[in-house]
Formats: sequence, structure tokens, C-alpha cells
Amino acid sequence: MVGIEGYRRENGRVGVRNHVVVLPVDDLSNAACLSVGAQVPGTLPLPHAYGRLQYGEDLELHFRTLIGTGANPNVAAAIVIGIEPNWTARVAEGIAATGKPVEAFSIEGRGDLETVRLASHAAQRLLQNASELRREAVELGELVVSIKCGESDTTTGLASCPTVGVVVDELVDAGATVFFGETPELTGGEHLIAARCATDELREQFMDTYRRYVQGIESNGADLLGSQPTQGNIAGGLSTIEEKALGNIEKTGTKPVVGVLEPAAAPTNGAGLYFMDSSSAAAEHITLMCAGGAVLHFFPTGQGNVIGNPVEPVIKLTANPHTAATMVEHIDLDVSGLLRRELTLETAGTQLRELLERTANGRLTCAETLGHREFVLTRLYQSA
Amino acid sequence: MEHRFLIHKRGDYVGVAVADIEPGERVVGIYMDDDSAVEVEAVDPVPLGHKIAVVPAGDGDTVLEYGIPIGIATGGFGVGSHVHTHNLRSARW
Repeated sequence: MVGIEGYRRENGRVGVRNHVVVLPVDDLSNAACLSVGAQVPGTLPLPHAYGRLQYGEDLELHFRTLIGTGANPNVAAAIVIGIEPNWTARVAEGIAATGKPVEAFSIEGRGDLETVRLASHAAQRLLQNASELRREAVELGELVVSIKCGESDTTTGLASCPTVGVVVDELVDAGATVFFGETPELTGGEHLIAARCATDELREQFMDTYRRYVQGIESNGADLLGSQPTQGNIAGGLSTIEEKALGNIEKTGTKPVVGVLEPAAAPTNGAGLYFMDSSSAAAEHITLMCAGGAVLHFFPTGQGNVIGNPVEPVIKLTANPHTAATMVEHIDLDVSGLLRRELTLETAGTQLRELLERTANGRLTCAETLGHREFVLTRLYQSA
Repeated sequence: MEHRFLIHKRGDYVGVAVADIEPGERVVGIYMDDDSAVEVEAVDPVPLGHKIAVVPAGDGDTVLEYGIPIGIATGGFGVGSHVHTHNLRSARW
């Protein structure tokens, strides 16, 4: 055990980074947010592509994702900029409910330049205040961790996902909360997750969520042949969605599923292992889990996915020796020794847990050092 | 002899190569659930990460890995064959 020092936020929750984010409510406000980021370089602008003429559940998901991102304990304070005041206030108030400092600006009636001037002054003040916050000792069990693998191959199911599974079990035993998802990518192993749901009601909720997602694909007259497994998965030796799913599920460990969450939703049933309805696309998935409150992510990869997230550090591990050798700048932990049986699963798990602790304490991940900041919002419908 | 492939569970039809395997090579695989070994003669090239058959399958047979169905054999395969999208399809889509 290394021991963890994190940032305890106003609402008691624990973060491992101390960002001041500059969050656009809509695509039109990206330019102003990026300008604030250029004026006050220590802040973190989060440009994205959406936020206009969305409606219904899709709009609710948009708000939930933006508010959840700003509310994430890795964020010390937030500047929110939108084109008009109403939706801007809605996002800002949602974040401010955590007790953290939030300042909101809207562009209509003012223009980009004046908005940037006002927001930059606020950003500077918030950044200086955040720079005085200090880390304090926290428990492993206070963390919220998310998991998802990508560019999987057979080595993920053999070794890197089981390594994550060992640490997930340990985290859950310590009282932590862990999110997994990738709804369509459970196909062939959905019965294994259903069997682990803590109650019959959750089991029904999980199976309903799974069926709805797959029916959504089928209702477009499509199937996923050629997309799931991906071309990269197939090159790495995975032949079918069932085989991919079984490898994927290895990383969820063995603990009961205590909750089924909507995308980007915060946990509701206390600590433990949660399923969150989500796409299997890496950037969308991690963005949703970060919005649900996850502060650290485990990402097993086979063929070498390079994903990062601006707010939530992404720790990558691989058991594929070619990937470990050829993509060394992306891989935080090489567990290829498991394939050669030079490394036991227990030792690999200890290495990963120690890396989690070091990363929580401030060690930058490969993705952070390389500037991988994929912030990608999930859309449920076409815009109106 | 050093193992060249790993098998998740006893009863699985396939193991996963942990090093490139050439046709004609006799290679050892280890069952991860009980550490026992099996030796097969490779029929096809099997690159690292790809599957090698340890049990033969007929056309239409359900193929197990992790002790669980991963798809249906198309055309069948013998022990030592490379098992991939050319002779295994999803039962789901």
C-alpha cells in the first residue's frame, strides 16, 4: 500500500486532480472557452460539438453530462459559458450544488470579446484559489473508479482484464465504487452480469437496459457484424462478439452488481460495483463515467488504444508484448509477463493497485503527458 | 518445453497463442484453470493472440472458450487448426 492523498471537495467527495474547467454549454461557445484557456493557461477548456436544438432524453443526457463533468471531484472550480443565459444558468447551478465555486457567462447581448474578458478575470481568480488547495490523506474506499477496455484482443481476456478484475474486487472490498458499462459489448455474456445483479429487480433493470440497446441497433435495420468485433479486434485474434464480451467481462471481477445507472448518472445505492448503460466507444464511455463521478479509469488494451480524458486520468495496461514494445509511450503498465507465466495474476494486481495509488497522488498517466483529452458527448437522437 | 499457447478452461475448443506458431510445429499449451499441459501439432500458422484448436469441431458445432459458447463452427476444424472468422461465426449477429 502506497497510501493516497487526494482533494476533499466541499461535498466531502474525493478528487485526485485539481482542475479549473472552462465548460461550454454548446458548440457556439467553444471559441470563447478556448480563448479563456489561452488567456489563463492553467485552466482546462472542454470544447465539444453539441448543445443546440436537443430535446427530451437526449437533452437531459446533455445536461447531466455537462453538470456531472463540472461536479466531478477532480474539478476544483468551473467557468460555464453558453450562448444564452437560461441553459447556461441550468448547467452552472447544477455544478454549484456540489458547493464548489462556479461562475457563469452568456454571450448574447455581450459578444465573445467581452465574455472572454469577464470570464478570464474569473478564471484567473478561481485558478489562484484552486492552487492553494492542499491534498490530504484519504482512503482507497473513497475513490470512484471506472473501467473499460479498448482495441481489445485475446490478450485482454487472458491477462490485462483479469488484472483489472483483481483490483476491482479489492476496491469494492475496501468500500470503493466502480463503474463498468459497454452495454452492447456484453453480448454473449449478458447472462453472467445478470446472474451477479444483487436483486431480482436490478436483474430485470439490467436485462431491460441491455435489450433496449440491442433493439435500438436492430430498429435501424442494422447489425453489428463488421463493427463488433472491430477490425482491430479481429486483427488481434478475436473472432466473435461473444468472445470479445467474455474477455471484456473478466475485468469486472467477481463482486455483485449493486446498481444499474443511466448514462452519466451518479450512483444511488451506496458503494459497490455499478453497471452504467453506455456505448463501447472509448471516448464517449469515459466521458459518461467521468460525469457519473469517476475520478480514475483503468483501460486494458490489446492492439493499443491511445484514449485519454481531460478530467479523469486514464491508466492503460496491456498484456500484448508487441503493443507494449511498439506503443510504449501509451502504456502505463506492461503485464505481458502473464502470457509468459513469469508474472502471477496476484502480482500483476498489486502492481496495478500501486499504480492506481501513485496516479491518485499526482503521477501523470501516459495519456495526460501526451495531451490526450478526448471529451465526447453521447447523443441519443438527431437534433431538432 | 516452453508453452506457446494458453487455454482458459478444460473443455474449451481453443487456446490462445502467446507466441507466433508455425505449421508443423509441436507446441505445448497450458490450461489456466488447473495448470495441466497439452501438446498439439499446428496445422496452420497461428499468430500471437490468435486461436489454435485443441478439440475438433464439426460444421455447426458450438465452440467453447472460457467454458462458454463463443460462436458456431463453419465448415468444421481439426486439432492444430487456426480458428478465426474463416471457420467460426457469431451466434448473435
